[in-house]
Amino acid sequence: MVVFDKPKALTDAPLHYCPGCTHGIIHRLVAEAIDELGILGKTVGVAPVGCAVMAYDYFACDMVEAAHGRAPAVATGLKRAMPENVIFTYQGDGDLASIGMAETVHAATRNENITVIFVNNAIYGMTGGQMAPTSLPGQVTQTSPYGRDVKTVGYPIRVCEMLSALDGPELIQRVAVNNVKNVMAAKKAIKKAFQNQIDGKGFSLIEVVSSCPTNWGMTPSNALKWLEENMIPYYPLGVYKDRSAKEVK
Amino acid sequence: MSEKVLMKGNEAIAEAAIRAGCRHYFGYPITPQTELAAYMAKRMPKIGGTFLQAESEISAINMVYGVAGAGYRVMTSSSSPGVSLKQEGISYIAGADLPALIINVQRGGPGLGGIQPSQSDYFQATKGGGHGDYHLIVLAPASVQEMADLTAHAFDLADKYRMPTMILADGTMGQMMEPVSLPEETTSKVEKPWAVTGTNCEREHNIINSLYLVPEQLEKKNFERFEKYAKVEENEVMYEEYMMDDAEYCIVAFGIAARVSKNAITAARAKGIKVGMIRPITLWPFPKEAIAKAADKVKAFISVELSMGQMIEDIKLAEECRKPVVLCNRTGGMIPDPEQILKTIDTLIGGNN
Repeated sequence: MVVFDKPKALTDAPLHYCPGCTHGIIHRLVAEAIDELGILGKTVGVAPVGCAVMAYDYFACDMVEAAHGRAPAVATGLKRAMPENVIFTYQGDGDLASIGMAETVHAATRNENITVIFVNNAIYGMTGGQMAPTSLPGQVTQTSPYGRDVKTVGYPIRVCEMLSALDGPELIQRVAVNNVKNVMAAKKAIKKAFQNQIDGKGFSLIEVVSSCPTNWGMTPSNALKWLEENMIPYYPLGVYKDRSAKEVK
Repeated sequence: MSEKVLMKGNEAIAEAAIRAGCRHYFGYPITPQTELAAYMAKRMPKIGGTFLQAESEISAINMVYGVAGAGYRVMTSSSSPGVSLKQEGISYIAGADLPALIINVQRGGPGLGGIQPSQSDYFQATKGGGHGDYHLIVLAPASVQEMADLTAHAFDLADKYRMPTMILADGTMGQMMEPVSLPEETTSKVEKPWAVTGTNCEREHNIINSLYLVPEQLEKKNFERFEKYAKVEENEVMYEEYMMDDAEYCIVAFGIAARVSKNAITAARAKGIKVGMIRPITLWPFPKEAIAKAADKVKAFISVELSMGQMIEDIKLAEECRKPVVLCNRTGGMIPDPEQILKTIDTLIGGNN
């Protein structure tokens, strides 16, 4: 009996991610959700520009590679053309919260029936560690070498808090993948975000607070510790909006 | 062909697109293409289609990218400043070899420019427009009838060659009303096995993509794409020759400039000056051979344009500078009148004598 196997929604392509990067975990959680819901054959994923740019090689479903930040617009096109298919985007913080902020906000306010997986590691990984819209105050990056100075470059954007102010979206939730308990909770949230789409409920965004040991300049374990001590206090985990839950009450 | 109806050019494009099987439209408000979006907003919900006013031109073209990837006929429309915003998405659509239709009802530029008719996006449309090595098939209607006919044709070409096509109209073509016989209902005749419709767990996954990190692969892809473009240049050139049999002077003009030029030709011939015209209908591929052939017999070319002179470069390249090419132009939303064209011809004759 097989007790642990690779999800069918992942291909055999070896992941290019750095050692200790949490993208691998998040890919697996998305793939497990797709497998368990039995939607592999009708799912189309949209990859971002950023570290996950080559996600189209890793997910076994049909895939589209979008321009930087435009994944929610591309997903909108796909979903409008194929309402019976399941469409998800997989985006990082620069992609979703900086260059693609307009696409994100408007897909959310339209309650576009898509699933958005938002990986927040507070840095631009692919280009070598520049300041992201979610980099913390004081965080040292390649483009904030003296630490993020909020007086000149402003404050980090809390995406879940901001989007939950809209009437449109169905589900806005923040999870993390720094320990087993949080990974389990993240899996549940991601699966729900896909189930919502199958049920026609609308825009479901799961923000996954994650780490970038390479560009944070830390060992993988220290990176997770830094995440716990710095990221989670600034980006509290939880459900920020769940319209269906409200209706039940 | 159906009975003739009176329509604005913008509306004729919209109705022709619907008749060509387009059920997905994404746009953003801008003058002077407004009627097109308004027509789609009215009609699409009634026929099970999508009309979506996007948050920006950038989003609209990326929605187009999504639908095109799914294999459905799809279009967007805008005017010059908005089409500049779409260039990123158009480059991705070209790079991923997707069929889609983009309408540019041009207005004056650069910058915010004006809202009156212009042809000053010729370079942008015919040379690629966004980053990278690519072309669009660019069609230039000169009547409301052609707005409709070329729209249907543009969808067919896009599917046939798996590439984006553009209708390069102008504010006059968009706004003016003429009787039009609308094309028959049709739809895509091309199989799209590459589309991302879901694997149904029966095939390998399809990927819509323009990223090739290995330079040898990207180079190969670009060469392959240009082999396709060579076929387009070989097979799809369209132009009209008007009174060229005995012409000693050849006007080259498209769109509204070609219509004004016809009046100038009538007036010139009344004075005994033998003027004809080559009217490119495809701006890319440009009717190079027709121009080159004309260079054997005419004394000079006159490029009549609503710009500071953009198409004139392609005329010179086509006739290899064998005969003089002069520019007769207005810009900023102004249109040359027949008198200005006549005056240009008179000056040419004076110069030759």
